[in-house]
Amino acid sequence: MSLPTNIKDDFPILRQRFNDTGLVYLDSGNTSQKPQAVIDAMANYYETTNANVHRGSYELAVRATAALEGARAKVARFINAPATAEVVFTKNATESMNLLARSWGGANLQRGDAVVISEMEHHANIVPWHMLVEEKGIELRWIPVDADGHLDLTDLDALLDGAKLLSVTAMSNVLGTLNDIPRLAEAAHAAGALMAVDASQYVPHLATDVQAMGADFVIFTGHKMLGPMGIGVLWARAEILEAMPPFLGGGEMILNVTKEGFTTAEVPWKFEAGTPMVAEAVGLGAAIDYLTELGMDNVRQHEVELTAYAMRTLTEAHGDKITIHGPSEPAERGGVLSFVYEGDSGEVHPHDIAQVLDQAGVCVRAGHHCAKPLMQVLGANATSRVSLYIYNDESDIDQLSAALGSADDMFSL
Amino acid sequence: MPGLEDLYREIILDHYRSPRNEGELETPPAVRADGFNPLCGDEVVVYIDVDDEGVINDVAIGGQGCSISRSSASMMSAAIKGKSAAEARRLISAFKGLMSIHETDIGGDGSEAETGIADSEFSIDNTDDVALGDLEALKGVVKFPVRIKCATLGWNTLAQALDEALPIQ
Repeated sequence: MSLPTNIKDDFPILRQRFNDTGLVYLDSGNTSQKPQAVIDAMANYYETTNANVHRGSYELAVRATAALEGARAKVARFINAPATAEVVFTKNATESMNLLARSWGGANLQRGDAVVISEMEHHANIVPWHMLVEEKGIELRWIPVDADGHLDLTDLDALLDGAKLLSVTAMSNVLGTLNDIPRLAEAAHAAGALMAVDASQYVPHLATDVQAMGADFVIFTGHKMLGPMGIGVLWARAEILEAMPPFLGGGEMILNVTKEGFTTAEVPWKFEAGTPMVAEAVGLGAAIDYLTELGMDNVRQHEVELTAYAMRTLTEAHGDKITIHGPSEPAERGGVLSFVYEGDSGEVHPHDIAQVLDQAGVCVRAGHHCAKPLMQVLGANATSRVSLYIYNDESDIDQLSAALGSADDMFSL
Repeated sequence: MPGLEDLYREIILDHYRSPRNEGELETPPAVRADGFNPLCGDEVVVYIDVDDEGVINDVAIGGQGCSISRSSASMMSAAIKGKSAAEARRLISAFKGLMSIHETDIGGDGSEAETGIADSEFSIDNTDDVALGDLEALKGVVKFPVRIKCATLGWNTLAQALDEALPIQ
């Protein structure tokens, strides 16, 4: 089994011409493009179903509510959550992480309590904890990254000693490294800590089973998995969610409000204050249907093959000039390739590479990828990053490689 | 879309490959200011040594970044060395004027008439300094709006350094 060869046809944006050339979109780790099915589902929602949810007493509102809750059920099935009510909708993964830090962290972390993260985290899994360091005096500990871009777990037990939470990415957005989440979760639980997983780069690309991960919290976002921007997910085990205080206050999240106070709605609505992003939930549901139809095993297989092709092609064409960070074995990583380029007269800065590639219609990301602590470890201030998805093929890699050659020419003497 | 030759002019690449005044100065007597572009991770360090007369006797540029931010800082260093702080401040204003772009201009061909950037706004006291000619080469950056922050990074950092060296009374 493999992906359909005409899959690009499902993505209207890829039909556009840029600078007299086709669009080669290699920035899906940043945000993915959307298939027609997702765009249609969202338009259809507004054309046929739109009403506010959970409060209207008319048919249209009932259908809108069913659309929102139906999307929640699709998410739950997609990640093998034990219960649909364990799926909390947020704005994005960053908000999910802040919900975890503010609500769970607010109630459970005291001065001196430790939270363990890793050096390869996205800022979304760093800054909320820094904020608790400042506000509550918690301690933040870091799992180091080794030279091959893997977590160095040598001192894991010491790092976890007395910790309350281990929060780690399932797949690095810079290195592509796939971390052994079940092993980390086991170690965290053995130390009496809970396990949180930033799965933003993982859920779009690999079959996800939150129970097999052994995690207590799993966080991801819709827009990196073919869905729209504006919807994210926090999954957590039901008993943990039950015990957590609310996050934002307002409508939707209450059972009762009096002049003296309020009581909260049930989980998950306790965490969803205000009118939710219903069309975005519908879009995410359509994205999940689309990915399920393709088969996540096929998605993964395609990306491993294309990653191998990309690593081979770039290395053959550019030799020692290109250095690709992260695990050297494609099967051990996701389709994210961060690289530095040493031209004939020194390093070509990622910003300049991205500019020259743009002229050839090739979209890549340049910069620190919201992971400055990791960039320090890598000894780079910036890298260029290619991130692949289902609609990329070998011709995209060939165009990338050719455009890199012209960047080299331009910055050589 | 404008061509890359508008951005990567030969003089820009020359300053990138052979940056002027690269290095550090001892602080004190020099002052140091750090500038960051949080979007891309570029960092520039500007050192200036201002004497009692308010003249910038020496300047050094540290940090790292892309061709546009490095060449702009390099040209800036050449342009301000030996100038008074007041002249340097006028140069900062003039350069930032050169880099300013109005929404209605985006999508145009970037000609002077369209961008509203007339030579008169870039007179910079009409000195004969060669470095001023170099700076004109950065005009093409306005056609690539995402790169304007690269070009202005060094200049904003110089403004910080001047404020530190000569606090406004």
